[in-house]
Amino acid sequence: MSDTHAQTVAYVRDTMLPQQTPPASQTGVVHWMRENLFKGWFNTILTLLAVLVIYRLLSGALPWFLGGIWTTDSLAECRDILQGATGGCFSVLTERWNQLLFGFKYPPDQYWRLILAFVLLGGAAAPVLFNHLPRKMLYITMLYPFVAFWLIWGGTIIAPLMALAGFVAGYMAFKKVEYQSFAMGALAFVVAAAVAWFIGGFIANAAGGFLALEPVASRDMGGFMLNMILGVVCVSLSLPIGIVLALGRQSDMPIIKWICVLFIEFIRGVPLITLLFVANVVLAYFLPPGTSFDLIIRVIIMITAFSSAYIAEVIRGGLAALPRGQYEAADSLGLDYAQATRLIIMPQALKISIPGIVNVAVGLFKDTTLVSVISMFDLVGMIRGPILASTEWNGVYWELWGFAVFLFFIVCYSISQYSQWLERQLQTDHH
Amino acid sequence: MSSLSDPPAELFRLSQLINDTRYRSITFQFIALILLIVAMAYLGLNLVQNLTAAGLNISYGFLGEPSGYDINQTLVDYTSQSTHWRAAVVGVLNTLLVAVLGCIMATIIGVFVGVLRLSNNWLVRKLMSIYVEIFRNVPVLIWILIIFFVMTASMPGPRSFRGEDASASMVLDSIAFTSQGVFTPGVVGGFGAGLLLLVVIASIIGVVAYGRHVKKKLFDEGKVLPGWPRFVILFAPALLVYAAISVTVGASKHNLVVATDLVQPGVSLSAFSDAAIEGKFRPVYCLVEGATESATAKAAWLNTSAMDMRNPGGLKMKTEYFASQDAAKAGFDAGECNMISLPAGDATAAAAASDTPAVALSDQIRNGAPLALDQTYLGNFRFTDGITVRGSLIALWFALSIYTAAFIAENVRAGILAVSKGQTEAAASLGLRPGRIMNLVVLPQALRVIIPPLISQYLNLTKNSSLAIAVGYMDLTGTLGGITLNQTGRAIECVLLLMLFYLTISLAISALMNVYNNAVKLKER
Repeated sequence: MSDTHAQTVAYVRDTMLPQQTPPASQTGVVHWMRENLFKGWFNTILTLLAVLVIYRLLSGALPWFLGGIWTTDSLAECRDILQGATGGCFSVLTERWNQLLFGFKYPPDQYWRLILAFVLLGGAAAPVLFNHLPRKMLYITMLYPFVAFWLIWGGTIIAPLMALAGFVAGYMAFKKVEYQSFAMGALAFVVAAAVAWFIGGFIANAAGGFLALEPVASRDMGGFMLNMILGVVCVSLSLPIGIVLALGRQSDMPIIKWICVLFIEFIRGVPLITLLFVANVVLAYFLPPGTSFDLIIRVIIMITAFSSAYIAEVIRGGLAALPRGQYEAADSLGLDYAQATRLIIMPQALKISIPGIVNVAVGLFKDTTLVSVISMFDLVGMIRGPILASTEWNGVYWELWGFAVFLFFIVCYSISQYSQWLERQLQTDHH
Repeated sequence: MSSLSDPPAELFRLSQLINDTRYRSITFQFIALILLIVAMAYLGLNLVQNLTAAGLNISYGFLGEPSGYDINQTLVDYTSQSTHWRAAVVGVLNTLLVAVLGCIMATIIGVFVGVLRLSNNWLVRKLMSIYVEIFRNVPVLIWILIIFFVMTASMPGPRSFRGEDASASMVLDSIAFTSQGVFTPGVVGGFGAGLLLLVVIASIIGVVAYGRHVKKKLFDEGKVLPGWPRFVILFAPALLVYAAISVTVGASKHNLVVATDLVQPGVSLSAFSDAAIEGKFRPVYCLVEGATESATAKAAWLNTSAMDMRNPGGLKMKTEYFASQDAAKAGFDAGECNMISLPAGDATAAAAASDTPAVALSDQIRNGAPLALDQTYLGNFRFTDGITVRGSLIALWFALSIYTAAFIAENVRAGILAVSKGQTEAAASLGLRPGRIMNLVVLPQALRVIIPPLISQYLNLTKNSSLAIAVGYMDLTGTLGGITLNQTGRAIECVLLLMLFYLTISLAISALMNVYNNAVKLKER
């Protein structure tokens, strides 16, 4: 049958033609450029404008960056070398590197402690951030606050150890009483921890200089390290407080609900800077006469209050997004409030709230620069104060601000990228 | 068999308070309340003790005392003799000014960037996402400080504008960017400006009314009315009134009348101006109170006397204001001023009737158009007249705008993406044209998604405007929370008032948002 056509029709082809390559305009770079850059006159104009903008930016920034001087000791020296040529005086960064990162009062021979604390932060944060790491690493995370405190502030190691002992005692007491009810457990925790801290205070006083590092006062903290300390401490503290506030706002006990609502709405209604004013000038009036609180502690209290109100609202959104059936299912299993919240509600609500929580965390980290307004020397405070006011570097703006932009961008951008990755990891529905 | 009897009443046990769900919530609330009261009492007690120890009390009397400091950018009259309360009001107005300016600009940039992020142009899309990521991920305080530095340290001083070979020049010959701020011409109302304003307001009402009419026609009768009459309604009456005023009242001429002890009869206006500029006498102008005549006459005087940047010394002209033309004449006669402008027919008569011998200079000044430009010019040390926008205001305004715009862009993008493609397709299958699809189907649904986060961005911008204190812009945080607080030492009162103000604004805006949300929420069956 295959030769049917051959006998009846003279010009029928019985073999396939080899496939031709698509026309040049429909493939490769040309096609892509036509589709994405030059589709219609309007798009062409947009492309040309964009190219112009990019060219202007790069032609300004690149020679400045590439021609930069990295090794002088002052602006005058740098300008001498440049002789009017285009180039940045990046030597301000190399010369003031330590000040930018650690502030200008931290003893230079103790910088290793800060670097060690920073490296350990990576180890402590890793198991929290990445679920597939061994769970045993969480012990590092639990120990980290105490170690970090010891490393950064110095003094004897007994004090943070006693603080840790208090938590351990509290946890053991909680486990003993937990079967009765969660509330009794919490009470036991508080009592046991308080007792342990009370005793620990005496021991810490008596132990004196055991394994003591050179103590550093809070007011000597500065530079980008201060931003990091404030950011990490306040975010970690505000998460649990935020959860409690969110649960309180959702609760059907009117008094507790209204306390939480008032707190959250008040904090969210005022700018952070007014709260920092409170920390700076007002808070002292509300403390017992004669007590002097560290400014950094007062600031931590106010920033924590600030961010916990925002986190509470994010988590409330997560709680509200849970289907009613989840609450009812937990009830029908006979779980009490604490169990249902811990085992059923919170894991799901927190998962929904992750993007919001990360947003708040990034915002908070950015807001830590505001402490420069109440004359603390964080990165921005260091640049505006000691560095730009010094005779050597008076007038170096772009290099310093560019560096600050760069540091914050790196940190905040990686946090937001992490949150997007985590969202994809936790996605359990099908898309 | 047996009758049901009530179960024996349980004795109330103390453990029920915590184990029994009937009582537990009461227990917890009671504990919470007690803790709250104890904490409040403790803090209050500490406060009282600390205040007595420091010899202070809580009082708002300081608000009535003179503030003793100057504010360089104010919207209302203010001197260092004004009260602290007045300074706070100036601060509030400055806060609102930068918030409103910032919201407008942030919306414009944000919508623009948000739409371009969805463009099918790869390069533009990438450029816009780089913009969004860079500005979202760096603290707004840093942006404010960077722009402040650009506006102050890297701008030329006023001196650079002087001389033959000036190193800096004004943009379009009218706007000067200097290290002391940006100086632009202002618009001042002349004859008939009030009337013009009324006409414009009426036109806007007319446009809205026409829009309603169009909608009603469309929905009731299915008739599509054209859109261009809106523009006619908006612009035509205003232009007509402007032209009419300019031609009639505006064209009527005034004579500049000058006391004879300054000039001899027959001297031309330019010679007179030259004499004034050379400092041979000090011109004092009698003007009639009110924006219209005084502003026009002054502008006309500035134009005719060639008193602009070509005369580096500038001409100091003092102005005395009077309630009416007659009072001004009386002032002229009394020697309070040596110059006055009078209607053309009135001039000689006035000169004749006047006790002060005067000549009417031959050049005549027109009343001018309802709107006139108040040009800025380089005075002895700095630019004067026109509108001054300080570098601090610009820094705050621009930084807040571009920072917030990065967030608004994301909201806009999300809003547009939230309208499913099926909606567009369904509208197209009904036969609607693309413009109509956008107006009637996509935008109403996208706006419902965009506006609530947009308003909370406005709120954030307003709260962030308190960073003004970092660049010395005198908003409420700078006046009440800054200098007033430091001068009087009334920390508690100042911070309390400060918080109250921001709290009020926040609550007002969230109330507004609730009203809007209720208005646009899906009307379901």
